Amino acid sequence: MTPPHPVTLAVLEARDLSVEYKIGRDWLNVLSHISLTLNADEIHGLVGESGSGKTTLGLSLMHYLDSNARIAGGQILLDGDDLASRPVSQMRPIWGSKLAYVPQNPLAALNPSYTVGEQIAEIPRQHTGMSRTHAARRAVEMLRQVKIADPDVVATRYPHQLSGGMRQRVAIAMALVTQPRLLVLDEPTTALDVTTQAVILDLFRELIHEHQAAALYVSHDLATIAQLCERVTVLYAGEVVETALVRDLYRQPLHPYTIGLLASRPSAHTAGVGHETRLPVIPGVAPSLAERSSACAFAPRCPLAIEVCRTHKPPLDITDDGRAIRCHRWQEIATGDVNPLTPQSPLPQRGEAESVNAQKSRSPLAGIVSTESDQPVVTETGGTAHVGDSAGERQTVLHASALTKAFRDSGLFARLTRRARAVHAVDSVSLHVNRMSTLGLVGESGSGKTTLARLIVGLESSDSGGLELMGIDIPQPLDGRPASALSQLRMVIQNPNEALNPYQTVGYGIGRAIHKAMPALKPYEVRDRTLWLLDSVRLPASLAGRLPSELSGGEKQRVAIARAFAAQPALIVLDEPTSSLDVSVQAVILNLLKDLRAQRGASYLLISHDLDVVSYLSEWMIVMYLGQMVEEGTSAHVTGFPSHPYTEALVSAIPSANPDAPRRLIRLEGDVPSARDLPTGCRFHTRCPRYLGDICRTHEPPLQDAGDGHTIRCHIPVEELVRLQTP
Amino acid sequence: MRVLRTLLQRPLTLIGIIITLIFLVMALIGPNVAPYPFDNFIRDTAGKVAKRVPPSAEFVFGTDKLGRDIYSRVLWGARDIIGLAGLATLLSVTLGTVIGLALGYRGGWVDEVVSRLFDSLLSIPAMVLALAALATLGASPGAIVAVIVLLYTPIVARVIRSAALGLRGVGYVEIARLRGESTLYILFREILPGVLPALAVEAALRFSYAIFLTASLGFLGLGVQPPSPDWGRMVYEARLDYARAPWGLWFPAGAIALLVISVNLTADGLRRVFRYEGGVI
Repeated sequence: MTPPHPVTLAVLEARDLSVEYKIGRDWLNVLSHISLTLNADEIHGLVGESGSGKTTLGLSLMHYLDSNARIAGGQILLDGDDLASRPVSQMRPIWGSKLAYVPQNPLAALNPSYTVGEQIAEIPRQHTGMSRTHAARRAVEMLRQVKIADPDVVATRYPHQLSGGMRQRVAIAMALVTQPRLLVLDEPTTALDVTTQAVILDLFRELIHEHQAAALYVSHDLATIAQLCERVTVLYAGEVVETALVRDLYRQPLHPYTIGLLASRPSAHTAGVGHETRLPVIPGVAPSLAERSSACAFAPRCPLAIEVCRTHKPPLDITDDGRAIRCHRWQEIATGDVNPLTPQSPLPQRGEAESVNAQKSRSPLAGIVSTESDQPVVTETGGTAHVGDSAGERQTVLHASALTKAFRDSGLFARLTRRARAVHAVDSVSLHVNRMSTLGLVGESGSGKTTLARLIVGLESSDSGGLELMGIDIPQPLDGRPASALSQLRMVIQNPNEALNPYQTVGYGIGRAIHKAMPALKPYEVRDRTLWLLDSVRLPASLAGRLPSELSGGEKQRVAIARAFAAQPALIVLDEPTSSLDVSVQAVILNLLKDLRAQRGASYLLISHDLDVVSYLSEWMIVMYLGQMVEEGTSAHVTGFPSHPYTEALVSAIPSANPDAPRRLIRLEGDVPSARDLPTGCRFHTRCPRYLGDICRTHEPPLQDAGDGHTIRCHIPVEELVRLQTP
Repeated sequence: MRVLRTLLQRPLTLIGIIITLIFLVMALIGPNVAPYPFDNFIRDTAGKVAKRVPPSAEFVFGTDKLGRDIYSRVLWGARDIIGLAGLATLLSVTLGTVIGLALGYRGGWVDEVVSRLFDSLLSIPAMVLALAALATLGASPGAIVAVIVLLYTPIVARVIRSAALGLRGVGYVEIARLRGESTLYILFREILPGVLPALAVEAALRFSYAIFLTASLGFLGLGVQPPSPDWGRMVYEARLDYARAPWGLWFPAGAIALLVISVNLTADGLRRVFRYEGGVI
């Protein structure tokens, strides 16, 4: 990170900006008294969880509001000119020319019936009256600037013909084509894979510097902000709670909310996480629009809240070094007198590196990390975790051998014309899960990890390969499985909104799962068990009578987990269990999963694209690429070295929440090849940064043993990998 | 409850529901409150048949060319048309739902074959098919119901099938499969509640079309046979006498139109409440 420029030039300044939404008959405050300065050649991060108002703020700064929203007060100064007082008709010439927006989902923002070249060219033609041919040339030039290979060809393509990463580049090209003064980037990489995200983030940094634009980067992800931004503003319940330079904020967060948010994120970069550690969580939920009060918005969830916090809203204090904090007790936090993470007793250390780093910077984070004590402090659970994983219990729960699955077009036409090419989703993958342990499965989209999970639970049947559960062969199609096998396997899916039937109460759903697994139980026993299960996922019994629509995302996911445990299964397949949840909610779920594994003796197969989450929860890890296992071993081995070049790139691409972390920069070029048309030889050779030569293209690499069951599928000898990867 | 409240908030829907309810009450108690039997030839004080009396205090809708009280006949006729159309709707919606759920959830070649069969059935104009069927079966109330069921079951099945198809791969249905639930349980406990909005709209819509079809068949002489008062047939007969007694046409035709429109308004209200965008055939 570069130090702040000695002379900073404010491009856009929001002063005391308040925005209201009309809900029913009332105007409710969404954003109150926001002050924000965005400078040229600076990326300003805006962090907040869902409902914090971050997207509304991003759009409000452009004075782009829904019809049921209004600016209730304050100014938005763009180069000194107040946008807030302008009517919408006078905003049009500014949108797209001086102010540009990059959306989260570029596919929704691009018109499917025009080529991307036409869409980019339209903007300068509209705003600067550029001629058609000139604008077309400019569009190609922009595509070149966003590092698209063959820009002339891509300009003639339609959005659906491009990959996610390419579309996002096109969206950026569109935003930058008029040399805007301000770019609002609204979670532009959330929908992308990590390796693609890393490349796109590099591109942002470079282009914003080149164009000397100001940028606001809106995200829920603290780590991408740490990697990309110079300055960051934390938003909570529509208020700025803290603004600081990224380095300062991450070294020493001063607001209790920021502290909790930073601490609740698992991190693969501090690998070697033991069983005993738990993620600190922020208790409670953010207030809804109607619940916002005149006191400190965070007080109900704040472990440090005192009387004044519940009665008076703290002012936004500006410190000597230019930070802004909205907290009554920030001075005490700054001096270390109080710490929201350790109100009662000290917590266990997590790892050497982090604690050294933390102490050096006198961070309140030092508190969350650990001694050997497994007494959780700031958790909403209060439970303790014991994992009995002694040598005697190394019993295999699930063993899958050489599972293979290819999808063929099943349409009549495709079959008749015999033109159908199979999609090789999973190719000869073997794995085993031990009792009370977790196997992590990592891969980007298209790696076949979800298909593998569906093969194991029986939602798809494999072309070849076998499955053994508790030492007994189980048939592939679900219908052929005996009841005893069915109750041993459960699944928790990614989207909590889909997991629960919207027309069944929580109690019915869990009760049904109990009844199905234990038909002999009497109705009152089922009810007791339901309440007991709700209690074990720390949900109140009163929730049993509710419908899913009355629950938050995190609560729904906890109900889904309770339901999965209802049958006391031997194995639970967790398919991206936290990826649609906020960071603070994710911490609650991860802790819960860890506790339940210990208490109920379950085993997990955890599937995720998030290496941090996988390494937090699992002992053993498999990395997949294009349907093949490329590496497996203990989590520490896989994320350490030697490792497969793909894993190496994956680890390097994960943004770290520590802006000072030493980083090896490995960027993968190009996109993941189609599973319809697999590369010959090593499947990774088309993108491999350590490409050896013809052998990679012609010969499938061997599985090499790197010791302790750690295997790597690569032509490069293990010793060579060690040497290459030693910094 | 929320559904009901939202439903009644729209004035048009409210009007539709109220008028539909009035007609339903009419079908239930109409014959009991009708001033005259439907086939009573009214005679005036002189003992002459009171033909073509214009609407008055005594004969609210007037009398027809045979001297029968039109008001009484409309009241009597409500039971037949609403009863037949209602029964046909109930049967076709029930049958269509079961078939649609099974096709949508199961998929595969059975779905392909049955769906194509339905498509070919639907490609024949409804009225032509109805006329042909009734000409063969003979025009009895049972035959009318059978024909409407034959015509509308595929339409309902198609709507429910596509709704069920969308729910087949949804998370909670797959979770239920993993639990080892039977197909019947999944169809009726997991999927059916999700298609109920589509079903409610479709049922109301089918009802309005069934009324219209019954009336049209009556008009063409294939409805309930005389002397039973059939609204469609009343329109047909009054049409020939329009020059001399136009009120004979107004009231039965008005009753048909009013009932169809109000049922449609109800269906439209339901659609808005459920935010359901279904195809209208």
